[in-house]
Amino acid sequence: MTDHDHSRTFQPDHPEPKSDAALIGLALRELLIEDGVYSAEEEQAMIARMQGASPENGAQIVAHAWTDPAFKQRLLENAAETIKELGFDLSPLEFTVMQNTDTVHNVIVCTLCSCYPRTLLGMSPAWYKSKNYRARMVHEPRLVLAEFGVEMTDEVEVHVHDSTAELRYMVLPQRPPGTDDLSESELAALVTRDSLIGTHRDLGAQG
Amino acid sequence: MTTPRYAVGQRVRITDRTPPVHHRVPTYAKGKTGIIERVCGMHGQPERFVPGDGKPFRRLYRVRIPQSELWHAYEGAPGDKLDIEIFEHWLEPAK
Repeated sequence: MTDHDHSRTFQPDHPEPKSDAALIGLALRELLIEDGVYSAEEEQAMIARMQGASPENGAQIVAHAWTDPAFKQRLLENAAETIKELGFDLSPLEFTVMQNTDTVHNVIVCTLCSCYPRTLLGMSPAWYKSKNYRARMVHEPRLVLAEFGVEMTDEVEVHVHDSTAELRYMVLPQRPPGTDDLSESELAALVTRDSLIGTHRDLGAQG
Repeated sequence: MTTPRYAVGQRVRITDRTPPVHHRVPTYAKGKTGIIERVCGMHGQPERFVPGDGKPFRRLYRVRIPQSELWHAYEGAPGDKLDIEIFEHWLEPAK
């Protein structure tokens, strides 16, 4: 038996691993660090970066698109490259932004697991990972959207995007009317997480 | 990079098969027909990640399918659509 130093991988605020799977995960991480695949500092930095991401990132992109038509055009044509202008990078994943209009509403789901643009939206909400949402959003999107308070006439097409492989998605919601005088940061504050997923549509109404 | 076999707007059918390995085509989309919405990049094959490293990489597409094609008794609006990412080796030309 060697004297392992768990402090490199074990965060003090985490509970002791209780299941075999959790123990194997911890052991694997320790081996990867021992073998120099990555360092404990790199692992901690990655965790901090993922936990630090929030929907404010996506909201910042939306507010910039609302105020800069050329940026918006680039964003819709090549989102992966264009968000680098604001310091965001999802590569090697592809990234695409879907624009809501008066006649189109976009919504995102990952039926196979729970793919989600964490870098831009933070950790996904529990309902996004639920089997209920994943199964029903592809099959009866209008009923699910109505449960979120989004009700539309048949004039509005619902486009569901199933994130099954290497793309990540974000919805570009419509700018609410009467916001011409707002600054970019004030506009960003209007953007909700759910509007970036597509389960919230009218940002002019309190969601 | 290989030349894409399919072009935007082309009609394609998602093949209906279930290999005994991890793959990323949900059952509801198997056997369905749609059009190529966009041609994406080259990515590792999900089927090849457990026995290897995903190689050879394959072309990825987004396929757009009318909801009425996916679900026998779809109750939404006629214009409702679903876009899904499908690798080239899962597609075949459709009439």
